[in-house]
Amino acid sequence: MSTAVVNANSAHDSHDAEHHMPYDPMGIKIGMWLFLFTELLLFGGLFIIFAVYSHMYPREFHQGSSHLSVPMATFNTFLLITSSMTIAQSITALRTGNKKLCLSLLTFTIACAAGFLVVKSFEWGAKFHHDLYPGTEVYFALQPGESAFFSLYYLMTGLHALHVIIGGILIAVVMRAVSKGTVNQEKYAFLENAGLYWHLVDLIWIYLFPLFYLVG
Amino acid sequence: MSGAHAEEEHISSYGFYVKIWLALLFLTFMTVSVSYVDMKKFTLFTAMLVATVKAGLVVLFFMHIRFDKPIFGVMLMVTLIEYLIFIVLTFSDYAYR
Repeated sequence: MSTAVVNANSAHDSHDAEHHMPYDPMGIKIGMWLFLFTELLLFGGLFIIFAVYSHMYPREFHQGSSHLSVPMATFNTFLLITSSMTIAQSITALRTGNKKLCLSLLTFTIACAAGFLVVKSFEWGAKFHHDLYPGTEVYFALQPGESAFFSLYYLMTGLHALHVIIGGILIAVVMRAVSKGTVNQEKYAFLENAGLYWHLVDLIWIYLFPLFYLVG
Repeated sequence: MSGAHAEEEHISSYGFYVKIWLALLFLTFMTVSVSYVDMKKFTLFTAMLVATVKAGLVVLFFMHIRFDKPIFGVMLMVTLIEYLIFIVLTFSDYAYR
């Protein structure tokens, strides 16, 4: 704390002040968690909408759910759970000084993220093939409950897929920092935060998966 | 505080994470297989119960809440209670309109 004050006060290297700021992993992590809470409430609101509509139109939601591919979604669950483990292990690797293993585990995590998106695109592609997406005549002809189901399906899995993309990019940025050494054995909070974000992506999918694919 | 930080904190072993992963896989296998057995009302309940156990494992061990300072867990609980209030308000509105 005191070093930061000294640096900020000495005019000649004021632009260097940031460089000498004390490293505060606790503060960095609290900031990330606060952001994650807003994410939880964002998806939480959508889950409430899903709950109300599925209660209003149980038959249509059941019908809609039967159009979705359980094997694809199960495989994607496997990918997210596995990548959640490997990013957690990458922190262990970095903290025990094994930078190479850390980078390999992060590469594997990104590969899982890419795999998830590929499977998702096949899943959406099958729907698109049948003109079952917002804006088509097929979509307009759906019963109110059915269109509610598919609108929520596209909105929630789409927003989740967007988080997968952002998570993948974030992990790539962390990998660069790890290989350059700015994220290292002593200063690893950035890696932890990327991990937290990736676990959140996994966490949301844990609820999306049974609600959309299994319960119906 | 920041200097000794790295040594103080808990580091989970690779094997420990593998155990959590196996538990998550097992629970996923359970929900998927249970979904093929029609148990009417119980299906949603069991699916949500298993999902919540899985979420608990991820939050406690992967997200490190179990080993972090209590403040993280407290903040998480505050958020979850806030969300619970949203749920109760929405459903009481929906049920009595």
